[in-house]
Amino acid sequence: MAFQRNMDMKKCPMPSQDPNVRNKNFDEVALGYTYEMAVNEARRCLHCKNKPCVSACPVAIDIPEFIERVANEDIEGAYEIIHRSSSLPAVCGRVCPQENQCEGKCVRGIKGEPVGIGRLERFVADWHREHNTEAPKMPEQNGHKVAIIGAGPSGLTAAGDLAKMGYKVTIFEALHLAGGVLVYGIPEFRLPKAIVQQEIDNLKAIGVDIETNMVIGKVLTIDELFEMGYEAVFIGSGAGLPRFMNIPGESLKGVYSANEYLTRINLMKAYRPDSHTPIKHSKNVAVVGGGNVAMDAARCAKRLGAENVYIVYRRGMEELPARKEEVEHAMEEGIIFKTLTNPVEVLGDADGMVRGMKCVEMELGEPDASGRRRPIVKEGSEFELECDTMIMSIGTSPNPLIRTTTPGLETNKHGCIITEEETGLTSREGVYAGGDAVTGAATVILAMGAGKQAAKSIDEYIKNKNK
Amino acid sequence: MFKIVKKEHLNPTVAKMVVEAPLIAKKAEPGQFIIFRAKADSERIPLTVADYDREAGTVTIIYQIVGAGTMELDTLQEGDCIHDFVGPLGTPSHVEGLKKVAVVGGGVGCAIAYPIAKKLHELGAEVHAVVGFRNKDLVILEDEFKAVSDKLCMMTDDGSYGEKGVVTNALEKLINEGNEYDEVIAIGPLIMMKFVCQLTKKYNIKTVVSMNPIMIDGTGMCGGCRLTVGGETKFACVDGPDFDGHLVDFDEAMHRGTMYKDFELHAREAECNLLKKEVQ
Repeated sequence: MAFQRNMDMKKCPMPSQDPNVRNKNFDEVALGYTYEMAVNEARRCLHCKNKPCVSACPVAIDIPEFIERVANEDIEGAYEIIHRSSSLPAVCGRVCPQENQCEGKCVRGIKGEPVGIGRLERFVADWHREHNTEAPKMPEQNGHKVAIIGAGPSGLTAAGDLAKMGYKVTIFEALHLAGGVLVYGIPEFRLPKAIVQQEIDNLKAIGVDIETNMVIGKVLTIDELFEMGYEAVFIGSGAGLPRFMNIPGESLKGVYSANEYLTRINLMKAYRPDSHTPIKHSKNVAVVGGGNVAMDAARCAKRLGAENVYIVYRRGMEELPARKEEVEHAMEEGIIFKTLTNPVEVLGDADGMVRGMKCVEMELGEPDASGRRRPIVKEGSEFELECDTMIMSIGTSPNPLIRTTTPGLETNKHGCIITEEETGLTSREGVYAGGDAVTGAATVILAMGAGKQAAKSIDEYIKNKNK
Repeated sequence: MFKIVKKEHLNPTVAKMVVEAPLIAKKAEPGQFIIFRAKADSERIPLTVADYDREAGTVTIIYQIVGAGTMELDTLQEGDCIHDFVGPLGTPSHVEGLKKVAVVGGGVGCAIAYPIAKKLHELGAEVHAVVGFRNKDLVILEDEFKAVSDKLCMMTDDGSYGEKGVVTNALEKLINEGNEYDEVIAIGPLIMMKFVCQLTKKYNIKTVVSMNPIMIDGTGMCGGCRLTVGGETKFACVDGPDFDGHLVDFDEAMHRGTMYKDFELHAREAECNLLKKEVQ
């Protein structure tokens, strides 16, 4: 060790755009560590022997090892270590819920703040992107073909890992652009699309083919993919149709699903003045739900010029499922949190436009099956919240296109594909699945972990089959 | 990229394109739709498959120039390529087992009604086609309908061609003449489908309509195309686009369809000005 450990109790703050500036633009909020900040922060890591952070990482990045390289100012070396385990480090560094994963287990977090692992990961990935001039090496081909359905986090990860092992991988993507939720869901200000594109280009450079505009289940079935010579298939078709609350007024004009609102803004670039895609420029917006998607929708609405944007959530601040940083950023940007509040009716004007929302106040009772305290309606607490737009962000149910066209593919009562936990294998031989199609709406990193695990299983399956 | 093999204007605002899309042509069935983007930054727009040729590997689309997206599509000529073309989406129309059917088409909706009439005809069903247009200049697919139907009633709002009146006049006449239909299939403007359904409900004839709400991805993700059918929320892109017309909440669908009226009007004007500039 050629450096002095940094024993500062707090992690180096992330330089960010000023909240009152950034809530009017779509540029990235967090600006990233400088070289000095990164090296200094890396020196806070104790390099502990039992590496609790690694066990909490869904893709098991050797975190102390890469951080040690940063501390020693060997950034490219750090990148190599991350890259062994993660195909999308620039993405994960930005969108992972680190507080529940690596940083949640960091020993430095016991008495002070944990090491800024996510911020360091992001720094390393960005540094590599800006400084690396070497084209990725094309792996030696093993002559076996694998099909991946969906170019989102799980599919891209599985594709990357399999391509590195020498498989000829084709990704079939339903939309006109690869990236899945990274391009249609997560906004530009949280994850610049140029970064996603670069990660996708890296996959192409190692031989991954991406066929867009291909809706598997419609244009081709999984059985036809096998007939075409693919020896295994990975289904990473992602989240499906948005859920609604089934309360009166949800069909009024001005009620969006978060999926629709975000797709218009992110995939179709409705925030740009030159976009052909319409989006409502609202005055008062109520976003119903408390997850990352709800935070994204609320912050987009603010940036499109809304004066008041509310997060309406039926439990309390403590129970918000969103990443801590997203909640903090949203609050800084002026999003108003109406927690312990639940809508019971959407109110319309004579033209059928949303004019408000009838809500009730909630209080928390005994913990329910999920372990969270069950929200109960407070008697006589009904009130009206004025809004012209309502965005429903209360989850999704899985896409039906593949399960209805693949005989023998078992799904559970919610429509999620059933897989073996250890391998990602479905009820069909040679068919693996992961990500939201299996778990229901979850996180980018969990989907990546599933893609990674499936890639390993697919490799074993094909090797055994051809023995 | 999807090459335009043939382009033909059917009337001043409606055109037909035959597009090279072999995989879609292989699978497409009547009632299904595609989504296209004319250029790299265009909007995604759903269009029903008007015809397909499995051998030639082509899909035919018929579009009315109504907004920026279809205007952009219309700037493309034979030999040019459409940037994105994805499908076949939605559930095919259920036509098997039907013996006698009235197929009702209104305006550009006839482009959707025609392949269904054709399929029914191929399956040996007796097909009565009722097609309606505002006036003679807007009539499309007359010969095609003639070729696949046992009876064709041509209606125009102003009487400039065929009979004067709306499609429900002709349909009611056919019913009163003693024609017993297994099913009525109605495709056209929402208001037309609504009135057809009111009529057939009176006579208790099962009626299927094809809905075309606002849609973005068309694959069961965004939820923009939701409708209320029989009191339940349904998604046109995966549950439809065909629905039992007697259960569809048409008034709500009509309301929701006007969400971006101002934007579309503005976009059309902007696009017109842009095209004018290109011409100058």
